[in-house]
Amino acid sequence: MLSAAIDVYEFKDPEKEKRFQELAYELRCPKCQNQNLTDSNAEIAKDLRTKIQQMLEADKSNPEIIDYMVERYGDFVLYKPRVKPQTYLLWYGPALFIILGLISIAWILRGRAKKQANTTAEATELSATQTQQLDDLLHIKKDKKS
Amino acid sequence: MTPEIGEFALIIGLLLSVILAVVPMVGAATRNEMWMSFAKPLALGQFLFMIISFLCLGYAFATDDFSVVYVAQHSNSQMPIQFKLSAIWGGHEGSLLLWALILCGWTFAVSRFSKALPLDMLARVLSIMGMVGTGFISFLLITSSPFARYLPSYPADGADLNPLLQDFGLIVHPPMLYMGYVGFSVAFAFALAALLSGRMDAAWARWSRPWTNIAWSFLGLGITLGSWWAYYELGWGGWWFWDPVENASLMPWLVGTALVHSLAVTEKRGVFKSWTLLLAIFAFSLSLLGTFLVRSGVLTSVHAFASDPERGFFILMLLAITMGGSLTIYALKAPSVKSESSFSWLSREVLLLVNNVFLTVMAVTVLLGTLYPLLIDALGSGKISVGPPYFNAVFVPIMGTMSIAMGISIAVRWRETSQESVIKTLWLPAVVSLVIGLIFPFAYGGGFDFRVFLGMSVSLWVISTVVREFISKFRNATTIKTKLSQLSMSYYGMMVAHIGVAVTAIGITLVSTYSEERDMRMAKGDHVELAGYLFTFEGTKVVKGPNYMADQATIVITEDGQSVTTLHPEKRRYNVKRNMMTEADIDAGLFRDLYVALGEPLNNGEAWAVRVHYKPYVRWLWLGGILMSLGGLLTVFDKRYRKKKTRGRVANA
Repeated sequence: MLSAAIDVYEFKDPEKEKRFQELAYELRCPKCQNQNLTDSNAEIAKDLRTKIQQMLEADKSNPEIIDYMVERYGDFVLYKPRVKPQTYLLWYGPALFIILGLISIAWILRGRAKKQANTTAEATELSATQTQQLDDLLHIKKDKKS
Repeated sequence: MTPEIGEFALIIGLLLSVILAVVPMVGAATRNEMWMSFAKPLALGQFLFMIISFLCLGYAFATDDFSVVYVAQHSNSQMPIQFKLSAIWGGHEGSLLLWALILCGWTFAVSRFSKALPLDMLARVLSIMGMVGTGFISFLLITSSPFARYLPSYPADGADLNPLLQDFGLIVHPPMLYMGYVGFSVAFAFALAALLSGRMDAAWARWSRPWTNIAWSFLGLGITLGSWWAYYELGWGGWWFWDPVENASLMPWLVGTALVHSLAVTEKRGVFKSWTLLLAIFAFSLSLLGTFLVRSGVLTSVHAFASDPERGFFILMLLAITMGGSLTIYALKAPSVKSESSFSWLSREVLLLVNNVFLTVMAVTVLLGTLYPLLIDALGSGKISVGPPYFNAVFVPIMGTMSIAMGISIAVRWRETSQESVIKTLWLPAVVSLVIGLIFPFAYGGGFDFRVFLGMSVSLWVISTVVREFISKFRNATTIKTKLSQLSMSYYGMMVAHIGVAVTAIGITLVSTYSEERDMRMAKGDHVELAGYLFTFEGTKVVKGPNYMADQATIVITEDGQSVTTLHPEKRRYNVKRNMMTEADIDAGLFRDLYVALGEPLNNGEAWAVRVHYKPYVRWLWLGGILMSLGGLLTVFDKRYRKKKTRGRVANA
């Protein structure tokens, strides 16, 4: 007769199992190259998974479990670094860069609009020479290509 | 004997490279045609000698010549022949040789397929590629020759290749990736040649665009293959971990994507020239930075198979020279670049600028996240980690916003578009994608999910705007067939690539929301249900591979009593290094994968830890990646590039 398999990390409450998976995913195995607790087969990762399971079963909250891990292994175990002055650039940098980028686009556009207004004011004369120059340029290009 | 021939060929290759770096460049500066025309034969010679060198190393691997240190460290007589050969690039020295070979291959290809190019331009381009070649071949010879010998006594057998690498993935992933990395050197060389010659016109963009698109496509394919490989080979069902090495390949790809778009604007409209030049410089510099990060060992990574600080220093110097030199030339020459046309704020030009801002910021974010732990450590503020939760939190909003802009850009014309016409074109796709995006989580997942709503809406938006635009092309067409052939290959390429982005986005959204996984303790006859599938464990047996022994499990999967498939995940122990490897087994499908991996034996082998995954739409991730690259390749077949060439050929004849 077939029997139902047992979870390696058993939880009575499915909500806790979900939290277990999230925590094991976000915490780094302290001894591995670059792996989280879910993926690592190292002994310490197994121990820490068991520890998380025990703490969850003891009704500890996520911040409590994370604090426990950080206290022992430092900020190194957090794949999601905490927001603090040292990590402001990390967390707010991307938004800042986008804003700067968009501002510079606006700035370029404004500069172009101004320049265009200036050129249209003295249009006729310039455009004649410009056309000549353009023709020359195109001819040169054509010659070179053909 | 052959290893010495290989080393010798490498030395000749270096000499040719040095001549290529100097003579045609001086020729171009002094308008000496004969010196300039040295470029082509030198490119050919360089390539030939690199091939000889590469074949010599291949021969050493094929014949199990363990007197060669590199072969002894990365191969073993028991290994199947295809892995012996792909082990050529299984370590540092060999991958670098492959790098150099591909670089010389690209150089040769440019010399062969650029007949329309004026001689001085070609001479400069090839010369700059020769400089890059000089840097890398001397790196090979000075710090990392793959031909060093164990003499007089050498090991009887090799130390074996890391089992993770004894896989089809190693055969295809690195060559594709390097084709991309190194391919950007062509865009780089064209940019510098343009700066040096002062000819930064639309013609320059037209010449360099096909090369850039090909390189970009290869890099995309390489990354896609790498993600797929990690998924099935590492045994935990992940497809992207934001590992430094993955990031190293993503950065040039992101900047390359910006470059591909920016080049299109420069070619068609003659604007953003200096920005395009800068992107070309950075795309290649980031490829070098990626190589540095992977090879130097400054970053800990699961991928760092061979790292050595001394070599890292050499690459860092190469990087410094490349970036310092090119940026100096840029600073001196770029201010003279003039734009040739104007545009208003609601124009395709501006939307492409917005796209460039987003892509560049993404690349900067990856760089920031990758280097931040180093920075914090260097400042003495302790050790931190930056991983997937950070990147996901930052990337998802950026990618979402960019996808919205992508949809709009499809409906916007060059120069200027009226607001009304944009709204007229876009309201229907907007409504359709929002409605389907809203219904989808209920229909598929049985309840509302905000992430799925956003992800699906944005992806459908990208698809529906492309489709809408495509249909509108036929409004005034006489017959569908003539119109289909009138549309340019670039246009088809763009559509395919954009749909690829959406397909990948759908895959990411669904697989990260609806995946299910369980870690089970299973003895013979045990079963577990996951996502409606019943997995039954029927025990393990011992099987013997060519160079490993494995415990192979049999897991029967049924759905509503109907048999679906039988999977055989393995736990392998490789004979030489005695290391254990998890070989997952997957039932792949367009809409879902069933993924089973064996963990550790429990209770003295009576039971096993088994991890079962249900991964919906995971294939879409890679399908989208393939579509993006396909799109990039399609643009190369555009008529206007072909025409150029025939005209050039006639002129030459």
